[in-house]
Amino acid sequence: MNSEVAEAVSTGPGGREREPAVEVHDLTVAYHTQPVLWDVDLVLPEGELIAIVGPNGAGKSTFLKTILGLIDPITGWVKICGAGYRRRRSWVAYVPQRESVDWDFPTSAVDVVTMGIYGRLGWFRRPRKHDRELALECLDKVGIADLADRQISQLSGGQQQRVFLARALAQQAQIYFMDEPFAGVDATTERAILSLLQELRNQGKTVVAVHHDLHTVAEYFDHVVLLNMRLVAAGPIRETFTEENLQRTYGGKLTVLTQATEDLLRARAGDPSLQQPTGPPPGQS
Amino acid sequence: MLGLELSFTARNVLLGATLLGVVGGVMGCFAFLRRQSLLGDALAHAALPGVCVGFLLTQSKSPLPLFAGALVAGLLGSLVILLVVRFSRLKEDTAIGMVLSVFFGIGIVLLTYIQKLPLGNQSGLDKYLFGQAATLMPRDLAVMAVLGLLVISTIVLFFKEFKILCFDPEFGASLGFPMRRLEVLLTLLLVIVVVVGLQTVGVILIVAALVMPAASARQWTESLAVMLWLAGLLGGAAGAAGAMISATVERLPTGPVIVLISSSLLVLSLLLAPGRGLLWSFIKDRRLVHRIQRENLLKDLYVIGERAEGGSWSGWEQPVPWPMLMGVRGQSSPQLSRVARRCRRRNLLSREKDGVRLTEDGLRAARGIVRKHRLWELYLTRRLELAADHVHRDADAMEHTLTDDAVAFLEEKLGFPTLDPHGQPIPALEEASR
Repeated sequence: MNSEVAEAVSTGPGGREREPAVEVHDLTVAYHTQPVLWDVDLVLPEGELIAIVGPNGAGKSTFLKTILGLIDPITGWVKICGAGYRRRRSWVAYVPQRESVDWDFPTSAVDVVTMGIYGRLGWFRRPRKHDRELALECLDKVGIADLADRQISQLSGGQQQRVFLARALAQQAQIYFMDEPFAGVDATTERAILSLLQELRNQGKTVVAVHHDLHTVAEYFDHVVLLNMRLVAAGPIRETFTEENLQRTYGGKLTVLTQATEDLLRARAGDPSLQQPTGPPPGQS
Repeated sequence: MLGLELSFTARNVLLGATLLGVVGGVMGCFAFLRRQSLLGDALAHAALPGVCVGFLLTQSKSPLPLFAGALVAGLLGSLVILLVVRFSRLKEDTAIGMVLSVFFGIGIVLLTYIQKLPLGNQSGLDKYLFGQAATLMPRDLAVMAVLGLLVISTIVLFFKEFKILCFDPEFGASLGFPMRRLEVLLTLLLVIVVVVGLQTVGVILIVAALVMPAASARQWTESLAVMLWLAGLLGGAAGAAGAMISATVERLPTGPVIVLISSSLLVLSLLLAPGRGLLWSFIKDRRLVHRIQRENLLKDLYVIGERAEGGSWSGWEQPVPWPMLMGVRGQSSPQLSRVARRCRRRNLLSREKDGVRLTEDGLRAARGIVRKHRLWELYLTRRLELAADHVHRDADAMEHTLTDDAVAFLEEKLGFPTLDPHGQPIPALEEASR
């Protein structure tokens, strides 16, 4: 573990004031001439599970990629723990969308996880035995240590997602950016991923995840960012994840989901504990 | 004297073709994995005008100016592709097609123009179209060897970086590796390989040296490092074999022979490679079909016996006559006897005078299948609340795919039931003894 980094970031109650995990100022992004994000101003707190929610084409993935420096914004800046991305690169882990890579690539699960260590290795140095051991540990944490040597195309969707999460764990970061970590996975994997995220939070890490399933936002996350090209709202679930805000985010597309969301909000109001994932409310399934 | 000269040429050809095969094979893996095989083809065609300009500027056929010209033209071609894709609405395949044909057209025009010049030393420049390995000189080989070594050592050096560029470039960028620069480096290497192959196979056929060894190697391995080694090996072998054949058989052109050999290797790999080969998946499919046929037969024999004696062993002790079995299975006699023969080979059935009978092994296997079928039916009716008369067909499919673990899980979830939705007993796992 990189104890220096851990110390610098986690400050106890007596320490200096907590730095926000992510600060975004006046961010505007466009592909060619097509604007994707407009004027996003945002501060994300440290040590929480944060969902980015919005309809298709709302710029959620673009937002994540811009924070990670993969896309250059037209205007605005992003700070991670008080500094630019270049200086905070080693504090950050990234889980791209599962569909973004070719899973028929000739490589094994443990090999992909080892890629999470490449950043620390730097140029030219190859992963060594202890790097491989770390990768195996990370696979164990996501529950698929037995599949370490399996060719990645032979893994199920859920297992592939776990491999990506293990790779992010191998980055040993403070902030985890995930693009739809729950997309297309089976129920068992979904529970496993959730408990992993909660464990990360308990260690004081921050997780920022693009999330699609409105039914589970309130159950899984502490903090929500509602995005539809512009920032609609951001804040703690309880105050921000309201029907009014959802209507503003999704416009007319929400009609079907409204009832379900109300149910969930009501269910959550009855159970203030966010630690315990509650089952779907009665009458839902 | 003549023999000595021939062996000198043959040696040069052998060295040149092997060198190109190895370098092209290794480099081709990256082009293959990034789905940029055609980019290699376009860059090779784009190199032709460069060769011509190199000749026009120096009026000599020494390798350095010609290679330099090819290098510059190839890079120019890749730059044009990049710019067209970024600044126009044309897609990459169109850009590649454009660059390939336009550059090649310019090359042919220049070549025709050069042929008509009153120089005297321009003959043989057209060998860069299809290659003419016999004209390889030691000085050419020296340049090729240096370039080849440069390519291989760069790949060894940047192996990890290139790997992440091919697999997940965005993740690589998030780690801080300059992916665009690595991409440019890889394209530069691709152009260098084209230059290495100019004289041996020519601009038109170089793509074969890139694509075929890589595609063949991919069939045999699931590791990138092994794939690089294997592609180099296959490419080198095809090059060497092509050179030898064209040296022994008169009037056989080296380049095309190499292409034919590596394409044969590719066909063999596509057919035979374990796991990915066509033969392999054919065998796998056959095995699955046979297993399903076997399991269906055993299941029916079980049900027949069950009905005969109300579930006691003696019902299965009685041979089931052929006509009865044919009626239940709805299959013709030859079909059925083929399946029965395969069952007998596995000691699941025994042939009796009037028909067939389940052996003890067969009964155990049959019980397992019926168990899966009935548990799944029960699961569907209980958990998904489907009507009992709607679940049979679905269970027919699932009984062949459910694993033992899944069955144990199902049984537990259902509370260890004894009867299926139709009221038939669900056979227990270990009940085989009489």
